Amino acid sequence: MKLSGWGRYPVIDSQTQSFASLAELHRCLAVAGDLIVHAMGRSYGDSALHDRVLLSRRFNKILDFEPQTGTVTCEAGVTLADLLEAFLPRGWLLPVIPGTKFISVGGAIASDIHGKNHHREGCFSECLQALDLLLPNGEMKRMSRKENRHLFQATCGGMGLTGIITTAALRLRPIRSACIRETRQRCANLQEVFQLFEANPEPTYSVAWIDCLSSGERLGRSILMLGEHAESGPLRLPPPRSLGIPLELPSFVLNKHSVALFNHLYYHGKPDLVAGRLTPLEDFFFPLDRIGHWNRMYGRRGFTQYQLVLPQESSLAGITEILQRTSASGLGSFLGVLKLFGPANDNLLSFPMRGYTLAIDFKIEKRLFPFLEELDRVVLDHGGRLYLTKDVRMSRETFCQSYPRWEEFAALRERLGLQEKFNSRQSRRLGV
Amino acid sequence: MHVLILGANSDMAQALARKFAQAERAHLTLASRDLELLAKQARDLEIRFQIKARPLYFDATDFPSHAGFYHSLAPKPDLVILAFGYLGDQKRAQEDFGEARRIISINFTGAVSILEIIAQDFEVRGHGGIIGISSVAGERGRQSNYIYGAAKGALSLYLGGLRNRLHPRGVRVLTVLPGFVATKMTEHLDLPEKLLATPAEVAEDVYRAYTRGKEKVYTKGLWKWIMWIIKAIPEKLFKRLKL
Repeated sequence: MKLSGWGRYPVIDSQTQSFASLAELHRCLAVAGDLIVHAMGRSYGDSALHDRVLLSRRFNKILDFEPQTGTVTCEAGVTLADLLEAFLPRGWLLPVIPGTKFISVGGAIASDIHGKNHHREGCFSECLQALDLLLPNGEMKRMSRKENRHLFQATCGGMGLTGIITTAALRLRPIRSACIRETRQRCANLQEVFQLFEANPEPTYSVAWIDCLSSGERLGRSILMLGEHAESGPLRLPPPRSLGIPLELPSFVLNKHSVALFNHLYYHGKPDLVAGRLTPLEDFFFPLDRIGHWNRMYGRRGFTQYQLVLPQESSLAGITEILQRTSASGLGSFLGVLKLFGPANDNLLSFPMRGYTLAIDFKIEKRLFPFLEELDRVVLDHGGRLYLTKDVRMSRETFCQSYPRWEEFAALRERLGLQEKFNSRQSRRLGV
Repeated sequence: MHVLILGANSDMAQALARKFAQAERAHLTLASRDLELLAKQARDLEIRFQIKARPLYFDATDFPSHAGFYHSLAPKPDLVILAFGYLGDQKRAQEDFGEARRIISINFTGAVSILEIIAQDFEVRGHGGIIGISSVAGERGRQSNYIYGAAKGALSLYLGGLRNRLHPRGVRVLTVLPGFVATKMTEHLDLPEKLLATPAEVAEDVYRAYTRGKEKVYTKGLWKWIMWIIKAIPEKLFKRLKL
C-alpha cells in the first residue's frame, strides 16, 4: 500500500503486514527480507519507510499498571494519547511529552523524543524502566540502564534499527491538575529570547514560537512560553474541540506573503506579557493536535521539518545565520520552534545536546533541497546536528560528521546481524 | 451495564469495547476463538477503564455450541454486539465452494444461530439491545465480492426482521453498515483516504446511533449517500459496470 511519513513526502509503495500478538510478530519476522516497523507514521521523513514494513498499530495493549509507583507496562503500539486518556484522570502523567500525542510508545523510544521540559527531564528514555526487544534470530532481549546497557543505549534513539521494540515499562509521574499555569512573553529578537531562556532555567516547560521570516532588527522575534503544573484543579477536562483540514490545500496557499501575514498577526495578536494563565494541559502540549491532518496544509507535494541543534556557545551565531538565510530565501512556514535543551544523554544516536534547537517547516519545492544543503553546512560548521526523526534528505557525510557515535552504532548493527533484517529508507541513505 | 461482544478480536469490536467501557463504564464479556489475544485485550480494558472484562471462547461456526455458550453467561448481557465476520476471497469462493460456504457460515448462518438464542432471551425478559455489524457490500451485488455481499445482505435483512419482531418487547436492534474501515481485513488494500474510517471513528458513529435509538447507521456517514446513488443505478446499466 501507499505509505508516507507525516511530511507526506516521499510517498512509497510498500508491502505491509500488521501484528497483534507476539506469535504473529514471530511469523512476520521469519519471512525472508529486511523491514522496518511503522506505527503511527508521525516521524516526518523516511525513517519508518521501507519496501516492507510491519505495522504495529494493532499491537497496542496495556499489560500492567502499578498504582503505587505509577509504572505502566505496555506494548509498543500503545499511543501517548492512550496513556493520557487512561491515566491522566487518575493523576498520572508521562514525564516527557512531545508536541503530539498521536505517537506510539515504540516510536517515542526509537526517536528518544524530547519535550518542552528537556532542560529539566531529558529525553523519553529517562522514564523508561525497561524494554523488550526482538532480535533477528527470534531472541527476545530485556534491557534497561542496568541490564544489556549498551543495547539499551543503542535502541533508545536507534530509529528502530536495533530490533523490534515489543514492550516497555514506563514510570509516570503524579500530578495534581490537568492544567498548566502558562506565561507568554513577547521577545523583539533572537538575542532577547536567548536571554529570557537563559534567565528562566526553573520553569518545568519552556519553548518559543519564532518568526522565521522577519529580518534585520526583528530577526528571530519570538513568543516565549513557560509552563508549570498547576497545583490544584480538575484532573478530568472536557476533550479539546477539534477541527480538521479535510483536503490538501493547493500548494500555493502557503507562500512567503501569507506566512508573513500569519506571523505578523500571531506575533502582535497577544499582549507583551500574559502571566500565569491556566491552560488545559492538552492545549499547552498539543496545539496542533486539534487540527486533524494539519499536514495537508502544505499541499500535494508535502513538507519537511528541518530541526537542528547547536552547542550553546555557537547557538547565537549559528541560529542567526540560519534565520538570515531562511528569511532571505523566502522559503519557510508557520511553524518555527525554538528551545534551549539540557545536556545530552549517553544514548548512541539521541539528538539533543546542551544548546538551542530550532525547527522550521518547509513546503517541498524544487529549490528547497539545495537550500537545505547550505543550512547543513552552517549546522556542521557550528558543531550541531539534525534530528533523524524529522530528516528526509540529510547526506551520509553530514550524518557521520555530526553523530560522533555512528560507527559504534553501525558496528553493533553488524555484530547482531541487524543490517540484514532491519533497514529503512533513511538507514540506507545514511549507510548505517 | 453488561455488554457481550461476539467476535471481540476484530478491530471494530475492540474499538467498540473501548467506547462502551469508556462512555457507559460497561462490564464486558469478550468472546472469540483466540483466547490468548482476548485475555490480553480484557486486561487492557480493565486497566484503561477500571471496569470488569472477561474473555470467553466462542466459535461462530460451531452452531451446536451456541446455546450452551449463551446459557452459561451470568449475568445475561444488556447489549450484544455481533462483530464477527469474514471477508474471504471472492475469486477462490467462485472456484471452491468450501470458501463460499465459509463466508456464508460465518457472516450469516453463525449470526442467525447465536442471535436467535439471544433474541429469545431478550424477548422473554423484555429487555436488551443488539448491534449487528453488517456491511455496505450487502446493499447491492457486485462482481468483486458478491458472495460476501450476499451473506452480509442476508444479515441486514435478518437484522431488519429481528428488529420488527423484538420492537414490541422494547428490544432494540441496530444495523451497522460500515464502508471502508482501516482494519486487518483491509490492510493490504489501497483504499481512498477520504472514504476510509478508522475503527475508532466507526465506534463513535455506532455509539452515537445506539444512544439516539437509530435503526440503521452508515459509517462513515458519507456512505449513506454513496449507497443511495449506487442503489439507484438501474440493473440494466449496473450489470455493465466493473464494480
